[in-house]
Amino acid sequence: MTGTTVVLVVDDEASIRRLLRRALERQDYRVIEAGNARETVAALAIDHPEVVLLDLGLPDRDGLELVPVIKRTGTALLVVSARDATEEKVAALDLGADDYITKPFDTEEVTARVRTALRHRARRENADEETVRTGDLEIDFAVRRVTKGGTEIHLAPKEYAVLTELARNAGRVVTHAHLLRKIWGPAHEADLEYLRVTIRAIRRKLGEEVQSSCIRNEPAIGYRLIAG
Amino acid sequence: MNEARPDPDALLRAAQREGRGRLKVFLGAAPGVGKTFEMLSRAAERRDSGVDVVVGVVETHGRAETAARLRGFEVLPRARFEHRGQTLEEMDIDAILARRPALVLVDELAHTNAPGSRHDKRWQDVEELRSAGLDVWSTLNIQHLESLNDLVASFTRVRVRETVPDRVLDSAEIEVVDIPPDELIERLREGKVYVPEEASRALGHFFSKSNLSALRELALRRAAQVVDTQILELVRAQALGGIWGSGERILVALSEQESAAELVRAGRRMADALHAPWTAVHIETPRSLQLGDGARKTLADVLHLATQLGAAVVTIPAASVTEGLKLAVAEARATQLFVGKTARSRWFELRHGSVVDRLVREMPGIAVHVLPLGNTPEVSRPGTGTATHWGMPRHYAIALALTGVVTALGSYITSLGSITNVALLYLLPVMAAATRFGLRPALATAVASSLAYNFFFIPPLYTFTISDPQNLITVLVLLGVAVVASQIASQTRDQAELSRASALQNSTLAGFARQLTGVSQRTELGMLLCGETARVFDAHTVLLRPAGGELAVEASLPGNVQIAPIEMAAAQWAFAQGRPAGNGSDTLTASEWSFHPIASGERVHAVIGLARRDAGRPVRPDQLPLLLSLLDQAGQTLERIALEEQMTDVAQMRERDRLRAALLSSVGHDLRTPLTAVVGLLAEIEPASAVQREQITQARGEAERVNRFVANLLDMVRIEAGALQQSLEPVDLAEAVSAAAHDLRRVLDEHPVEIAIPPSLPLVRIDPRLFHHCLINLIDNAAKHGPAGTPIRIAARRRPDGIEMDICDAGPGIPAGEELRIFDSFTRLDGSDRKGGTGLGLAIVKGFAEAMGLKVRAQNRPDHTGARFVIGFPAAIISPIAAEDLA
Repeated sequence: MTGTTVVLVVDDEASIRRLLRRALERQDYRVIEAGNARETVAALAIDHPEVVLLDLGLPDRDGLELVPVIKRTGTALLVVSARDATEEKVAALDLGADDYITKPFDTEEVTARVRTALRHRARRENADEETVRTGDLEIDFAVRRVTKGGTEIHLAPKEYAVLTELARNAGRVVTHAHLLRKIWGPAHEADLEYLRVTIRAIRRKLGEEVQSSCIRNEPAIGYRLIAG
Repeated sequence: MNEARPDPDALLRAAQREGRGRLKVFLGAAPGVGKTFEMLSRAAERRDSGVDVVVGVVETHGRAETAARLRGFEVLPRARFEHRGQTLEEMDIDAILARRPALVLVDELAHTNAPGSRHDKRWQDVEELRSAGLDVWSTLNIQHLESLNDLVASFTRVRVRETVPDRVLDSAEIEVVDIPPDELIERLREGKVYVPEEASRALGHFFSKSNLSALRELALRRAAQVVDTQILELVRAQALGGIWGSGERILVALSEQESAAELVRAGRRMADALHAPWTAVHIETPRSLQLGDGARKTLADVLHLATQLGAAVVTIPAASVTEGLKLAVAEARATQLFVGKTARSRWFELRHGSVVDRLVREMPGIAVHVLPLGNTPEVSRPGTGTATHWGMPRHYAIALALTGVVTALGSYITSLGSITNVALLYLLPVMAAATRFGLRPALATAVASSLAYNFFFIPPLYTFTISDPQNLITVLVLLGVAVVASQIASQTRDQAELSRASALQNSTLAGFARQLTGVSQRTELGMLLCGETARVFDAHTVLLRPAGGELAVEASLPGNVQIAPIEMAAAQWAFAQGRPAGNGSDTLTASEWSFHPIASGERVHAVIGLARRDAGRPVRPDQLPLLLSLLDQAGQTLERIALEEQMTDVAQMRERDRLRAALLSSVGHDLRTPLTAVVGLLAEIEPASAVQREQITQARGEAERVNRFVANLLDMVRIEAGALQQSLEPVDLAEAVSAAAHDLRRVLDEHPVEIAIPPSLPLVRIDPRLFHHCLINLIDNAAKHGPAGTPIRIAARRRPDGIEMDICDAGPGIPAGEELRIFDSFTRLDGSDRKGGTGLGLAIVKGFAEAMGLKVRAQNRPDHTGARFVIGFPAAIISPIAAEDLA
């Protein structure tokens, strides 16, 4: 049952920890549990987990305070929080969390997200990739070429920049603010119109309907390029 | 006054406050009401919501509850220093300044620091912290307030040495920590109250119920006053009125003249302009006793008007107006005096001297404003020929008889031998008449006496001829004695009568005031007021108060008083107009009852009715001022009770809100956790057959429905609490719809969603989360009503007046006439085919949509193939950036 990848599950509810432990162990991860912030910090130091699943509602500390602490150890971090807590999610993502999971969650979804986070982490360690593939979409960074089903798609520079930023984080949510900061500059962090219109243009050029697009909208948070 | 000009002083004060930390004071009536506990509880809420709170100093006095509350706070260690070989401890102000928290808790604002500290008093420490921009919360008992120190000491017999200047409180936000006196006494008995050294000496006395009630009233009043001042300050800074507060005090001298009302209004205007307190005074001179009914009523009206306009009203008995005014000015420490001057004849002024001239001469250092008033009505002039002034015929007869007796006695004595001083005998009847019957009978006696003396004793005898000038002197002396003696005697008599009346009135008022202090219930006040007025005015009394929109009898004496419809009409009128009605007034005089409003300021709280058993006039005009004073006191008390109730209401509401929020967040958390576990466990089950797979899918769908129900419940509460916080951003409607459909993908297994939203549709500025919930509920609703396999159509289109989006299902549609009711909470339409659901979803759609300025309506599809829900986006929220701009 003991794999090589260590996942730390932080939740004050034992039943949720048990649930996640079973689901993750079935995927051959080694699971460590922590019920509060103190145990979390201890586990980070002792067990060096590769992924942390952090519930933001902890009894002894605000979960958000732990985000930078965990990120400093270089592990991948997925935060778990309630549906309504949009600000909390955005704050966690801005502080460096890799993704979020909304309660109640599917365990399949959790394990998929864990896989994505690990893959992303590995990718970063193995330096820049040359290409990203998702579905029939392929982006070749070296020659700045986007093809869909083999046909080349001509994107404007901003469109290309947005798509590559999403592609580099394939499977993970990227916040509006992050995209706007990175591509339009810090002065335009709030100009969400630019991003919405650009995403629309990308979808049009890719020939995708909104509901079946590979770029998924996460209301009030950001966009996610569906990996796969 | 220039209405639009902001007051520079108020602006300056406002500017000083900018950048200065705010002070909040938890004000209590006495030790042990729980100020510190309350402060810590409220601070804990702040702390939990992320405010950087530290404890500068908190005294637990060994109370376990308080100590427990202190847990979880960052408590700064106190500074220790040596003073004459002793180690002393005080709040470490430098440590606080270095730490720079957002909010500091500093217990016991009135505390005196140990010798050698930076400041003598802790409130000075607090001022320094505020200057540095830190917010401070502190606690204070009302008896530590400087201006109330004497007053509190006078009735508690405990004087505290530690005081805080009023201005500290004036710039603070005040929260009164209030518990009923009985409860406090109970806590004291249980040893839960830390008793300060000052109070321990007079423990029993200090914590008496009447003292606690009085202290509590002081605290509540003071809090109300500070709030008033702060509002005034704000109003003034924004140039809505007034000039500046100036330490001026205004005194308005009122007489029984009708035109005195002008004087009252002038005084009020000046008081407003100077933002000064004002007092209306009536000087009761012996002359006042001779006033006619009309004049008395006018006086009562004028005094009442002054009360209504916010003056403190006093009546001072004195020998003369000037004497009385000097007393009043000294008592009120007035700086401005308003008097009226009527056009009087030169002759009158020569004879009596001008009151105004004397005032100006005798009271230097006070501004005297003289207002010309209309002509004095005759009724108010003394000596206008009533029986009282002329005396009764009986008095003349007695006096003349006495003169006869003296003459006979004189004749008898002279017959015994010649006695020249027989004239002195005539002093007896003159003195007697003067002291007993007044001036005119005395003068008549003097004339009769001198005639008799002349006739019977002065040669030539039995003639009225006076030959010797010496005898002329005798006659003049007799007349003089008559005048002087009668005046002295009548003044003394009048004065005594005045004092008696005034003493009676004052003792009545004082007794009533004392009783009112302990009153905390309206019904209690009603009984008290009815009893008191019935006793004083010897009448039947009834108190009416609004109950359910109608006036109803709250108390009466005797207990079973019935109010006839016509009487009720008078009472209603008195209540609505805030003026007396019925018997003895100018309105609805046919009523046997006389109704008077009980008001404080503009607000009428209740109406009291009085009636005599013999259907006569219930209140004599000279009793009116007393009645009005009683009613004014009752009005104040009702105001106080209302304030207290409001405070309790607020406290209860806050408590209820807190409980509700706690309950909801625990519902949210406690339900979601097991739901997560259920969903997770279902995912783990390996279905052995297609049937099992179907069952598991269904179970997951149900679990998710429970989750949506919980979410809806929480949303509904947010709508009802008015706590919707929006953050608007440009939203692509097509994206919003697909995100909602994605979230509902399991529900939508059986319903294909057909989205027809043109890619060129502009963005709209709405709250994406609220809109997401709207869509989830609308799509879920459509899925519930459409038979399995039927599609849900979502379309949007540009309209001249904005954008219209509709969600159509293939269900049975909406029964006629239910198109509006369908959006009410928990509505389940008759005959509609319900599959689960809570009746909350559509109410949330409506609540959220309206909060964002959207319109929703429900209708049947034109071809009657199902229901259609339409969301209208007004043109105003359409984002100006078009897709073409960046494409």
